[in-house]
Amino acid sequence: MPVLEARHISKSLGGKLIVDDVSLTLDQGELKVLIGPSGGGKSTLLQCIHYLHRPDQGEVLLEGRSAAEMGRRNICAFRQEIGMIFQDFNLFDHLSAENNVAVALRKVKKFSTRAALERARAELARVGLADKARLYPAELSGGQKQRVSIARALAMDPKVMLLDEPTSALDPELIGEVLNVIADLAQGGMTMLMATHQIGFARRLTNEILFMEKGRLTERGSPAELLAPGSNSRAAEFCAKLAQLMGRE
Amino acid sequence: MMIESAFYQALWPALFKGFKLSLALILPSAAGGLVLGVLVGLIRGTEQPRWLFRPCQAYVSLFRGTALAVQLFICYYGLPELGLLLKPLCLEFGLPEWLWRLCYPSAYGASVLVFILCSGAYQSEYIRGAILSIKRGQFLAARALGFSRWQSFSAVILPQALRLAWPGCSNEVIYLIKYSSLAYLLSARELTGAAFSVGSFHFRYTESFFCAALFYLSLVSLATWLFSRLERAWAVPGFGRS
Ligand SMILES: Nc1ncnc2c1ncn2[C@@H]1O[C@H](COP(=O)(O)OP(=O)(O)OP(=O)(O)O)[C@@H](O)[C@H]1O
Ligand SMILES: [Mg+2]
Repeated sequence: MPVLEARHISKSLGGKLIVDDVSLTLDQGELKVLIGPSGGGKSTLLQCIHYLHRPDQGEVLLEGRSAAEMGRRNICAFRQEIGMIFQDFNLFDHLSAENNVAVALRKVKKFSTRAALERARAELARVGLADKARLYPAELSGGQKQRVSIARALAMDPKVMLLDEPTSALDPELIGEVLNVIADLAQGGMTMLMATHQIGFARRLTNEILFMEKGRLTERGSPAELLAPGSNSRAAEFCAKLAQLMGRE
Repeated sequence: MMIESAFYQALWPALFKGFKLSLALILPSAAGGLVLGVLVGLIRGTEQPRWLFRPCQAYVSLFRGTALAVQLFICYYGLPELGLLLKPLCLEFGLPEWLWRLCYPSAYGASVLVFILCSGAYQSEYIRGAILSIKRGQFLAARALGFSRWQSFSAVILPQALRLAWPGCSNEVIYLIKYSSLAYLLSARELTGAAFSVGSFHFRYTESFFCAALFYLSLVSLATWLFSRLERAWAVPGFGRS
């Protein structure tokens, strides 16, 4: 049984169909990569899977349990089990790094203040930020902020992580430190779905690339078959264009 | 010389008594106004819950759009007319007595009620503005971590909104200290009323109001100092400067 399964998800926003009948599955320990042009609906799809947007149609199953019929309270519990990483970090600006991680443990998992802080420090150490625990978001670099947000998600012991272009808002020299953390997670067996433009990174770590355009998953396959020169896929074309834009990847 | 000291002997005790009543007006009004302002500001800033949004907007435009003195008069003289209607209804249907008794407020009660409502309307403006300036992404992140809607407000939005709105909110309390003098219109013997009555008895308005002004000045200075201390105590490095 897959850890996470999305069945025929559709979502309209502002009268426009943004996600159009998308299905996908994630098996235990699998990393899938979502690529596609800007405005294709990647963020919206990830947020639908997380029920931050309730899908208009379709359902999401986590370990076989469908979120479709859950009430408010259970949806909150469902969300806890899926970690979400945002493009612009979304750290809580008024809390130090350790409290950014600890607050959810206290409020949602009902940890004691001490236990929450202890766990928070351990998670920060895991992403290489043990010495930054006391600093506030405004005092951290972009790469450090994103690592704090990863630590914050990991502290909830999620079964799946959804990453929405986690490195797009970062200066080039900071991308590496975040990708390293994600690669470590992948090696550690975390189940992940990641939207990204880092094709080289994706190619190394994933077995399946999903190409999303105009709300639909139009192509899927291993990097080797999808991105091979002369494969004539839209994905390969898109990646070539990206590579051109970014110089060499 | 005799007359001189008779005046001051009457003035100081009267002013102190008035000052105590002023404090009794200001403290609950400031606290109540802040709490009300935070609640209304939350509702207006987040438009949640939906059904309360419009009533809150209406309340704020009503109290921001009318003169405070008029609000005081309406509450003090208008509510009893409502009481005339309510009392027979309460008796008829066995409703609790305090319901119609509420319609006959004392000068003190009417003043505190109006000050809370008026101050709350202004405070909600600051809170609302602060909420609108907090990035929506943080709310999304809280929801993604499994926070309930209320937990996201109370743990993420509110602590930031209060910090951002604090300079405005404390300013409003400073104003309240001064507009509390309008309670004198309902013949409450607070600081201004006391200064007025001693002043008129001795025909020495200038000195008695000057002394009353000293009381206001020291109270405002004290409040300013207190608020800036709190602001520093709650300061977060780099927060609110972007
Ligand atoms: N709340 C909304 N109301 C209306 N339209 C929206 C809303 N949110 C997103 N959209 C539209 O949905 C489309 C897809 O947006 P989405 O952010 O999901 O794309 P994306 O693939 O993540 O793009 P990017 O690579 O730029 O992040 C866009 O055209 C956007 O304008
Ligand atoms: Mg996006």
